[in-house]
Amino acid sequence: MTKNNNNSKNPLHGLWALTNRDLKKWYKNPIILLLGIIQPIIWMSLLGKAMNLGSMFTSFSPTLPSTIPQPIQEQIIQSMSDLSKQAMLSIFGTADYFSYMAVGMMSFVVMFTAMFSGMSMVFDRRLGFLNKVLSTPVARGSILMAKIFSAVIRALVQATIVLGIAYVIGPLSVSADFTPLNLLGVYAALFLISMGLSSIFILIAIRSTKQETQMAVVNLLNLPLMFASNAMFPTKLMPDWLQTITKINPVTYATDATRQLILYTVDMHQLAIDFLFLGAFAVIFSTLGIVLSWRYLSK
Amino acid sequence: MKYKLAEDALIVSGLTKVFNKNLVAVDHVDFTVKEGEIFGFLGPNGAGKTTTINMLITVLRPTEGSAVVCDHDITKDASGVRDCIGVVPQEYTADEDLTGFENVILCADLYGIPRDESKRRAEELLELVELTKFKDKQVATYSGGMRRRLELACGLINRPHVFFLDEPTLGLDVQTRAATWNYIKLLKKEYGMTIFMTTHYLEEADMLCDRIAIIDYGKIITMGTPNDLKESLGGDIMTLSIQDSEADISDLIKKVPRVKEVKRLEGTYRIKVVDGEETAPTIIDAVRVEGHRVTRLSLTKPTLDEVYLEYTGRSIREEEESREDFRAQRIAMRRARGERTWMGH
Repeated sequence: MTKNNNNSKNPLHGLWALTNRDLKKWYKNPIILLLGIIQPIIWMSLLGKAMNLGSMFTSFSPTLPSTIPQPIQEQIIQSMSDLSKQAMLSIFGTADYFSYMAVGMMSFVVMFTAMFSGMSMVFDRRLGFLNKVLSTPVARGSILMAKIFSAVIRALVQATIVLGIAYVIGPLSVSADFTPLNLLGVYAALFLISMGLSSIFILIAIRSTKQETQMAVVNLLNLPLMFASNAMFPTKLMPDWLQTITKINPVTYATDATRQLILYTVDMHQLAIDFLFLGAFAVIFSTLGIVLSWRYLSK
Repeated sequence: MKYKLAEDALIVSGLTKVFNKNLVAVDHVDFTVKEGEIFGFLGPNGAGKTTTINMLITVLRPTEGSAVVCDHDITKDASGVRDCIGVVPQEYTADEDLTGFENVILCADLYGIPRDESKRRAEELLELVELTKFKDKQVATYSGGMRRRLELACGLINRPHVFFLDEPTLGLDVQTRAATWNYIKLLKKEYGMTIFMTTHYLEEADMLCDRIAIIDYGKIITMGTPNDLKESLGGDIMTLSIQDSEADISDLIKKVPRVKEVKRLEGTYRIKVVDGEETAPTIIDAVRVEGHRVTRLSLTKPTLDEVYLEYTGRSIREEEESREDFRAQRIAMRRARGERTWMGH
């Protein structure tokens, strides 16, 4: 029976409890986890393997005029194969499309997890749980941050699984300079993108009670976010207007950073730009989330 | 930590909530709840009960007016209020995927209670609501009554000074409802806390509450103890028949002290009377002296149902019957609240 028992309380109390609640709901339902990674697996094994662009020139034996002597014929075939390799390297940065898109799939799974993070906000509101939490002394910002953190943790675990599966389906043409430190960089990039994206989608859900609205938003945004980026195809081949869009799409920067760290020889300048963009993106939207939660979670 | 006991645990003044600038859900409500009292808000669905409770537990901001909950102002010191209250919402808010015990611990974490302390309290509260046997089972396997009890345990984890219950027995069957009442009475006895509850069950208000406010269309119509409210109707109803049904003895009965009103209906007399039990023998004596014989006598105490009828002009049962109206009203409310509703279903 105390009226004032909050004097020594940690202002972040409840943040981990709420995050952990969402995570528990997730890992206690392995089906959800399974469904979450099944889609990227299908993409990788179907599209990634079917679009065997690297072997476009090597998989057929051209019929050359018989007047060309045999050694020169062999040379031509050899140089065609070299040309295709060069074309792949210059456009995709790696000689095989599977590796290119498998890494893109990590951004894809992070993006999807973030998109659906708004849904649990809507359900908490509908089921009255949010109301109950709002009547406790938990900081309003913590309620929102718990949602963001649980989405981030889920996204990172799923991205790890996708990377593992890509490695197994393989072969994944990992860069020769790859070190465990690069992996740390990959997680940093994915952490930032998922933080920014889930902040956006949770913000959209902050006052909503309709899961239909959330679904519509997810449906509206998932294709543009994915295809107006370098997740599946290089931006170099896109028309100018589309390239402009890819330059403001954070998925482009996360995918570029992870590709550089896993597949390419790192271009420090470009990597710095990627991280700067992703960092700003994450900070701006999570701050916006906290500020708006003071205003809009409790009315 | 000791604090000064205030006379009133809850002081509400001019509390008003207007949704979308035109739908007045709660209209300048004033009342106080004394320390240790069970105070009931009685009214039909959509009367503004839940909106009032949501403002008092700092989930909704009042449009106008304010309230002081255990010395903290709900508009100026919301976190002070949140620390000293416990809430059992209308919905089942416990997480179905977690066990009962995990749910209570989660609630404890929301108040920043240290883990060893919260474990101790969780065990104690689950024992109190007789869920110890089921504490490690997933809430998805619980019955409605068990979930309600779990909600009670969650709401009590911070040892609240004022406990808010929103429709605590909504949707429960008769036995479970009676059992829940016993828990609420037990809580009051064990912890001596102040309880504010809303209900639209008259018997529940009558059974549990020390004082009741009847609210309709966002306004408090009347307030008092259940007995005061019933007595405000002007007394008990007595029905009396005599052997010689031809004679009219209305004037004779009217002369008896404390008789307020006599109506003769086909040989029986309907008498409105104060202190029915004591006045009845006097009436029988008066009738017998004049040579009449009483063949039949019954005494009815007025119920809250009659009180409700008197003040709102309609019976709460009619409310139940005119469900269509109520649904239309509720949909209008929801629309007005737009995306902000928490009605949940």
